[in-house]
Amino acid sequence: MTRESTAPNGRYLLKGATLPNGDGADILIEGGRIVSTGTGAADAATTVIDAAGLVALPGLVDLHTHLREPGFEQSETVLTGTRAAAAGGFTAVFAMANTLPVSDTAGVVEQVQALGQAAGYATVRPIGAVTVGLAGELLSEIGAMAQSRAAVRVFSDDGKCVHDSLLMRRALEYVKTFDGVVAQHSQDPRLTENAQMNEGALSSELGLKGWPAVAEESIIARDVLLAEHVGARLHICHLSTAGSVDVVRWAKARGIQVTAEATPHHLLLTEELIRSYDARYKVNPPLRRDEDVQALRAGVADGTIDIIATDHAPHPRESKECEWDAAAFGMVGLESALPVVQTALVDTGLLDWADVARVLSNQPARIGRLTGHSHSFENGAAANITLVDPAARSVFELDRLHGKSTNTPYEGVTLSGSVRWTFHQGFPTLRDGVLADTAETATAAREFARSQEVNA
Amino acid sequence: MRHLLSTKDLSRAEAIQILDIAEDMADVQTREVKKLPTLRGKTVVNLFFEDSTRTRISFEAAAKRLSADVINFAAKGSSVSKGESLKDTAQTLAAMGADGVVIRHHASGAPQVLAQSDWIDAGVVNAGDGTHEHPTQALLDAFTMRRRLHPGASRGKDLDGVSVVIVGDILHSRVARSNLWLLRALGAQVTFVAPATLVPVGASTWPVELSFDLDATLAATRPDVLMMLRIQSERMNAAYFPNAREYARQWGLSDERLARLRPDSIVMHPGPMNRGLEISAGAADSTQSTVLEQVANGVSIRMAVLYLLLSGEREALS
Amino acid sequence: MARTVLQQADTARALTRISHEILESNRGADDLVILGIPTRGVLLAERIGRLIVEIEPGEGTDAGLTGARRDAADLVGSLDITMYRDDLSKHPTRTPQPTQLPRQGIDGKTVVLVDDVLYSGRTIRAALDALNDLGRPRAVRLAVLVDRGHRELPIRADFVGKNLPTSRDERINVRLAEIDGVEEVTIEG
Ligand SMILES: [Zn+2]
Repeated sequence: MTRESTAPNGRYLLKGATLPNGDGADILIEGGRIVSTGTGAADAATTVIDAAGLVALPGLVDLHTHLREPGFEQSETVLTGTRAAAAGGFTAVFAMANTLPVSDTAGVVEQVQALGQAAGYATVRPIGAVTVGLAGELLSEIGAMAQSRAAVRVFSDDGKCVHDSLLMRRALEYVKTFDGVVAQHSQDPRLTENAQMNEGALSSELGLKGWPAVAEESIIARDVLLAEHVGARLHICHLSTAGSVDVVRWAKARGIQVTAEATPHHLLLTEELIRSYDARYKVNPPLRRDEDVQALRAGVADGTIDIIATDHAPHPRESKECEWDAAAFGMVGLESALPVVQTALVDTGLLDWADVARVLSNQPARIGRLTGHSHSFENGAAANITLVDPAARSVFELDRLHGKSTNTPYEGVTLSGSVRWTFHQGFPTLRDGVLADTAETATAAREFARSQEVNA
Repeated sequence: MRHLLSTKDLSRAEAIQILDIAEDMADVQTREVKKLPTLRGKTVVNLFFEDSTRTRISFEAAAKRLSADVINFAAKGSSVSKGESLKDTAQTLAAMGADGVVIRHHASGAPQVLAQSDWIDAGVVNAGDGTHEHPTQALLDAFTMRRRLHPGASRGKDLDGVSVVIVGDILHSRVARSNLWLLRALGAQVTFVAPATLVPVGASTWPVELSFDLDATLAATRPDVLMMLRIQSERMNAAYFPNAREYARQWGLSDERLARLRPDSIVMHPGPMNRGLEISAGAADSTQSTVLEQVANGVSIRMAVLYLLLSGEREALS
Repeated sequence: MARTVLQQADTARALTRISHEILESNRGADDLVILGIPTRGVLLAERIGRLIVEIEPGEGTDAGLTGARRDAADLVGSLDITMYRDDLSKHPTRTPQPTQLPRQGIDGKTVVLVDDVLYSGRTIRAALDALNDLGRPRAVRLAVLVDRGHRELPIRADFVGKNLPTSRDERINVRLAEIDGVEEVTIEG
């Protein structure tokens, strides 16, 4: 093997990496694929990366990202959002549908997907709206979106709940036709009118309108029963309460096809932070009590909660530099996700790295019907790989953020773990903590796409 | 004291200090010359995002009697209603050289956001924020109680063992919250009486007795102080209770209930009153009512607060 | 190092002399009001008031007091000047003390202000302003236990316990039995 590498995206040897199962391996990547894992020697054309002490994970997959384009480009674009993704170790993101125009037609989802492909930092899979304009009245063109170039499989009105029971039933049934899944944002709108934070003694003390747990749990309970009744797949976005974990656990025991996600922030932060009235802690669903955080962690550990997704929600500064009621809901989360997961779940002994690979890569890929991302480092698998330094421990600062917005709740918080390298389709989008150049990444993505067409 | 945002932050000693200084200010109010030169050259801005003529003129009188310059900045008819942010407004006031900002805002926590920000370096007084707190109202209520309970000898006194019953829309009342924390700090026993719909979730964890039954509470506690809260008509539309008649019958202070109070019990109301709804005209105008004293005492308390916030050298940010 | 400049007996003698001087200049105790400036000025004013009543127990001539023996409480009060200070913003917030005037008020009276130490004169300037807002005395006099010099305003004392030349960086400590447990005036370099 001395020939010059002509394959796109070059040849890399990740030397001395630790696989999720704990085995040590030298991982050789070439032409966007994993060529071998074992112990390998490098030739002159191979870039050798010292991966000693680093954990190799299948590229992380985020089932819940707000990329904001089209329509809210002052907050984020597909390019900036996927740069943030690469910096956080993600090689694929599912882009939520609450754009402007709403991603409720084949045209919009194809545009978003194409922007992602052109940028090259991560695979972008658009999520289609369940209802036209997220208005909760008419089903959107789910079939057209599913059969478009974007091949949409996840449908969600995220930000709004599909609260009409009949419409939800129809949506669950209809997406079955296309092997899709409805990802529900579970929030009873009447019980949460103008709600600002978790309802309890603290919301009463702070004078902020309460967001009762039952507003989430009652929708989840209804939806799992609907999913059971129509025999459809249901995915529940961002569970935030202990009661929600109980309902999902019950549903799974009953054999209902339900999957559930939790966000990193709901696994680490509690409502106590809101005493500051600092709007960086304003998020939907709201931060809850410590009991809820513990229940969510237990839910992830025992598999009741299938995946962790960021709900990366960028907002411009002025949307957070204001009084609480006026502030926007949401936090950015792509760059902090892995450190938060390590801090909350790995360091606490609840998950090992194989579990992390499961909840942050393999399961989200499976739920979203994303090919090429779920792997166990087998030969021939697409080279979507993330290298993490689990020994790193540092104070999270704004310079770790690479998107357009800085609304992170973790500024100044000490977190474990650091994503060092990210390979998307065999191309290093993150190189020992430094993001690859935008033009170089776009060129690599173009050449890779062309090589795939030639091979096909 | 750098800001006054909440009574929850006040210790007993701090609360008594404010009340005692208010006694000095009240003495000044009985003189022919009611003005003190203390805050000459200081600028106090009344920043009102929510209408309240009463509270604004009380703060205005307090600031003027301490010789401060007063700027009234009302949301209506100003750039605020055109969507200018709290941040821009604060920076404008900073550029005008405001030393103190008295802020009323419909959003809970807005005064704290202003105080924590680097938009303006002024002392911030919370003049009522959303359904959070209204600390100067609670201070003037405590001041009024103390003066009634210890006529002519209230200086230095706390409210140990005093029983206070607060009746009405606890859920939406910043007055009830501020009163609870302050009265507890001063040693009083507090009972909230309200229909279950108007009791805040989680209030059972607060240091307060909760009751749905006004008559039973009055019979059991024979309170020193009965405080009636204003009921807003929009609560009826939001199904917190069926109608005004039922509310008045169950939770209003009628003449008949007034007659059952101890003759030395005092009746308080933060105003403005809905006569015939939460309080009968007879109760409002009785000698047991402190409604007008509360108004006069409001100026003394606000003078004391402005003095404490604005007279000394600026405390370093902690 | 602190050096004692007045012992207990010296203070007592000085106050007795000041009391006599006040009575002499006022031609008796009628229409006389002694106002102490908190904190220690109030204690000194109370002592002077008692001395004056001892010296001139006489009969009160004010309405309501006719025939009664004079009582120091009718003569003595306190005048808080906190709200009139010109240096409030240069110090941590001060807690004001109550102002208590004798029942007879100050209109048309001779008011003797009493303080422990006279230094820059700014305290007395504030006291004069405060007095001005309370009424219109016939005359205002000033009695101090120690005058240490370094005046910044055109103010002088009418009755002085002891003139004590000092340098600006020295400290004068007046300690009175009632609140300090000891009775002495010391100077610290
Ligand atoms: Zn959502």
